[in-house]
Amino acid sequence: MRILYYLLQKEFIQIVRNKIILRLIFILPVVQLLVLVNAATMDMKNMEMVICDQDHSSLSNRLISKIEASPFFVLERMTPDVANGRERLESGEADLMLVIPNDFEQDVIKGQSGEIQLLANAINSQKAQLGYAYMQRLTSDLGHQFKLEMTGEKTQSTLSSTYTYWYNPELDYKFFMLPGILVVLVSVVGMFLTAMNLVREKEMGTIEQINVTPVPKYTFIVAKLLPFLVIGLFELALGLVIGKFVYNVPMQGSLWLVFGIASLYLAGLLGLGLLLSTFSASQQQVTFVSYFFLLVFILMSGIFTSVDNMPEWGQKVNLFNPLFYFIDVMRSILLKGAQFWDLWRQILGITILAISFLTLAVLNYRKTS
Amino acid sequence: MRKAESSMDVIKVDKLVKKFGDFTANDHLSFQVKKGEIFGFLGANGAGKTTAIKILCGLSAPTEGRVEVAGFDVEHQTEKVKKSIGYMSQKFSLYEDLTVFENIRLFGAIYGLSAGLIRERSERMLKNLGLYEQRNRLIGNLSLGWKQKLAFSVAILHRPQIVFLDEPTSGVDPVTRRQFWELIYQAAAEGITVFITTHYLDEAEYCDRVTIMADGKIEALETPRKLKKQFDCETMNEVFLKLTRPH
Repeated sequence: MRILYYLLQKEFIQIVRNKIILRLIFILPVVQLLVLVNAATMDMKNMEMVICDQDHSSLSNRLISKIEASPFFVLERMTPDVANGRERLESGEADLMLVIPNDFEQDVIKGQSGEIQLLANAINSQKAQLGYAYMQRLTSDLGHQFKLEMTGEKTQSTLSSTYTYWYNPELDYKFFMLPGILVVLVSVVGMFLTAMNLVREKEMGTIEQINVTPVPKYTFIVAKLLPFLVIGLFELALGLVIGKFVYNVPMQGSLWLVFGIASLYLAGLLGLGLLLSTFSASQQQVTFVSYFFLLVFILMSGIFTSVDNMPEWGQKVNLFNPLFYFIDVMRSILLKGAQFWDLWRQILGITILAISFLTLAVLNYRKTS
Repeated sequence: MRKAESSMDVIKVDKLVKKFGDFTANDHLSFQVKKGEIFGFLGANGAGKTTAIKILCGLSAPTEGRVEVAGFDVEHQTEKVKKSIGYMSQKFSLYEDLTVFENIRLFGAIYGLSAGLIRERSERMLKNLGLYEQRNRLIGNLSLGWKQKLAFSVAILHRPQIVFLDEPTSGVDPVTRRQFWELIYQAAAEGITVFITTHYLDEAEYCDRVTIMADGKIEALETPRKLKKQFDCETMNEVFLKLTRPH
C-alpha cells in the first residue's frame, strides 16, 4: 500500500507537470459539450423545401401556408417550373421538393384522391424519411379539414394516431445527445491517457528502471489505472454539471448509480488502453490502435444511429462494445430514471468486459521479457 | 541463507544461452563473480554485453542455462533477485519530469526504505555528490554527467548486494568519468559488488577482473594484469584488439 501511495504520487505529479495535458483535461470537455451537443443536433427542423405549385388554387394555397407554418419546413423557394425545382434539389439548396399538379383541387372536390408529389434528397435517409412522415401528416390533416368544410361530415375512415413522446416530451435532441457525447469524451480522454502513459515510459526507458525493482506487478498496474479513472470520473462530473446548467438535461435517476457504473466502465476501458499499450512500442502505434478501437466503438454504439436499425451481426458486435452499454446506461438513468435492476443486462455486460480487459492487460504486462 | 560453498560467489552463471530467433546473443557463458569484486564486462558493440546484463537483472529470461544472483535463481526467483540488486541502464532512465529528490523518494520507497531513511540517505548522498542545492530541480535540466552520477547513486540507495552498470560512462567527459569511478570505488568499499560493462579499455584497468566478450562468447576472463602478461601486451587496449579482431 505504501508503494502504491508513492507510485500514485508520482503519476499525479507527472500529470500536473504536463501543462498541455492538464489544460486538455479541463478545456476539452467544456468545448466539446458546448459545441458538439449543439452541432450534432438531428432535430428535423428547418428542412428546406422548394414548392412547384402548378395548381394555384385555394386548396394549394392552404397547403402552402400550412407548410410555412410548420416548424419542420422552411419554404426555400416557390417556382412553377419543375425542372428548376429539381435543379435546386440536386444542388442541395433544397432538401425536399413538393409538386402540386394543376388538377389538385379539382380532383379533391370531385372526391377523387388529390395527389401531390414529394421528392426528397435521400442522401440523408433519416431526414428524407422524417420529411415524408411530417408531410404525410400535414396533408392528411388538411384533407380531413377540407372534407369537413365541404360535406359537413367527419371522416372516420382513416386511422389516426396521437403521439406522446415519453422521457423526452419536447423531443429535445440535446437531451439525447449530451449523455452520448459525454460518454465519448470520458472514454477518449481516459483511454488515450492510459494507453499513452505506459508507452511513454517505454519510450523514455523509465519502465526498465521500474521493472528491475521488486515493485509488485499489481501495485504498478493499479497505479497506472487509478489516476486516469479519477480523471475520467472528474470529466464525467464536469460534463454533468454543464448538462444540468447549460442544457437543463433532466437527471431523473440516481447519480450514485451513474458514477458507480462509470467506475466499472472506466476500469474496463482503461484496462483495454493498458492492454493495447503492452503490445505497442511507441506512442504513435498505440495512438493509431486506440483510435481504431474507439472509432469502431463510437460508431457502433448507437450514439447517432439507432442500434435496432443495425444488421443482426452488428448488434452482436455490440455485445463486445463497452460504449454501447454505457451510453445506454447514461441515457436510461438520466432521462428515464432507470434503476439498478432495470439495467442489469448492461451492468453485466460492462462487468464482463471490464474483467476480461483487465485480466488480459495483467497477463500481458510482464516485468521480464 | 546461502549455501556455504557459494558464499564467496554472488553471481554464478552456468552455460547461459540467449537466442533471438536464429541469432545467438549469448553463447554458453559461464563465470562467477566474487563478493565485493569490481567485475568488468568488456566487448565491442553488439558482443552481447547488454543482453547478458539484462538476464542477470531479471529483465530478460535466458533461453538455456542457469543463472544465480545473490543466491537466487534468476529465472524462478526473479523478484527476490530484484530486491538484492541495483541497476543502471545504458539509457538514462530516471524520470526527467520529476525533481532530483522526487526520483530518490520514489525509488527509495519502492525498495521499502522508510521516509526517514530516504531523507537521511538522500541528504548524505546529495551532499557527497555536491548536488544538494539542486535537489528540487527537474532531472531533465541536469547535465549528462550529473544525471549519470545521480542514476548510479539512486541504484545503490537501498544498499544492494550487487549493482549492475551497463555502459554507465558512455558519452561522459573524462573528468566526470574519473569522478564516476570514485563513486564506484566508494560503493565497492562499502561491500557492494560491482558488475560493469564498458567499451572504454582504460576503465578495464580499474576492474579487479575482466571478461572480454566477442560474438556472444567469452574469450578471456582474468585480472587485467594477468591478461596483459598472458597476451604480452602493454595495455588492455592491445589485449582487447588481439582478442576481438578477426584472425
